[in-house]
Amino acid sequence: MEPKIPTRMGDGFMVEMTRSELRADIEAATAEAARKAKCPPLTAGELDHLLDIYASPASFTAVDIGDQVVLSCDGGGSKMTGTDLQDLLESEQRLGQDILELWHIEYSYKAIKTILPFQQQLMQNAQLMLTAPIQYGAQPNLAFYSKPDGPADNWFELLPQGRIAEAKAAIDEAMEHATKDFVYVSDGMMEAGADGMDFDTTGGAGDADLFSTLRAVKHVRERWPEAGIEVGMAGEFVIGVHGELEWEGRRLAGMWPKDQLEVAQDAGATLFGPAVNIRTSKSCAWNAAFSLTVMKPCMDVARIPVHPNVGQGVCGVPVNGYPGEDASSRAAKACVEILRCDGL
Amino acid sequence: MDVTHALAAGMGGIRTAGDLVARMQMSRGMRLKEAKEFVAGRLGCGVRDLSDSYAMEQLRGELGLGRILDHSNLHPGEPNAMYAKFRIAELLGLRINSVERFKDLAGL
Repeated sequence: MEPKIPTRMGDGFMVEMTRSELRADIEAATAEAARKAKCPPLTAGELDHLLDIYASPASFTAVDIGDQVVLSCDGGGSKMTGTDLQDLLESEQRLGQDILELWHIEYSYKAIKTILPFQQQLMQNAQLMLTAPIQYGAQPNLAFYSKPDGPADNWFELLPQGRIAEAKAAIDEAMEHATKDFVYVSDGMMEAGADGMDFDTTGGAGDADLFSTLRAVKHVRERWPEAGIEVGMAGEFVIGVHGELEWEGRRLAGMWPKDQLEVAQDAGATLFGPAVNIRTSKSCAWNAAFSLTVMKPCMDVARIPVHPNVGQGVCGVPVNGYPGEDASSRAAKACVEILRCDGL
Repeated sequence: MDVTHALAAGMGGIRTAGDLVARMQMSRGMRLKEAKEFVAGRLGCGVRDLSDSYAMEQLRGELGLGRILDHSNLHPGEPNAMYAKFRIAELLGLRINSVERFKDLAGL
């Protein structure tokens, strides 16, 4: 009788599976990912390696000595240690994070615009106290620019009514407001001494969300030539909410990670963070295989570092608030050893 | 989760040379291999040493690049934070934004 190995589902629940069952999951996932993303499946050697990572009862795993990668910690820290400065110091001095991030709990550029001087002062103070690079991060969140939260008509209400032209006009209006805010906050934080900007969860509201971000990225690259610019994605597939938006001749709707990377690096990003959302009813081994398959094409065309997102609910890390270290460490090891990624 | 990733796969920040490699990724867009080789070359050490806290504590101390401070490892009189970033900018040949801001605001 084949022994059972404790492992996790995408929602974090612990189950037991045999090595054969894990192999079947991994093989099914890479085949499905290859079919959906129209990319090659993982090789036999990569599948064997991934199986070895997951078919282990160890409570923790890690990459080999010397293979460690740069951690860009979007939204790092706890926000519960007293002050943002203490939080950053703790992240640097106790957690050993490679890239720190100052952020506000209202993690949206639209909201940050209203408190920019407060965030600038924090950045200036933090830069005096810390050695490691500190970027400023927030989310584009284009949907916040539609009614009732913002000035533009709500395209998510117009589209189901078949009012396509009005919906597209509303998206265009929202994008103008959004890019202005992203540029305003970025310039403000760079003027306060930030080492770079993080556009986190880009594309969360679809192709227009990504387009308005790419315009801001281009601006930051031109005005601040040595700034770090991280574009972290919201998911593996850019939803075509507008449908006709193009970046330098490339249609954004329907882009998978490789194409997302290419437009991000062309716009001027220096770090790209692909994200592949977890399927909660599938095992973490299945999710890791699916994620690696759709992200792997990035690695051949990347001119900039690729840092897969390994936060809660993406790239093989369970979606619950306290993902088990067994699952999180396996996801990290799989990304580093199979993708040969540049960071996480 | 931050701790998990730091232990499983992270370079170690200023405990090692993680911050230095990160700066080359951020400012120059260097891929990991290129960034590690560049930093190792500037430090005069091996690539594997970059994520070795023993090796890097010695080097960071010698070069004044800032080290972790705690009750058993205090280094008064040694550069840290902004002081260290002046040295890091020079070592890596980078224009660190906060260092330039410091010079402007301090009238240097």
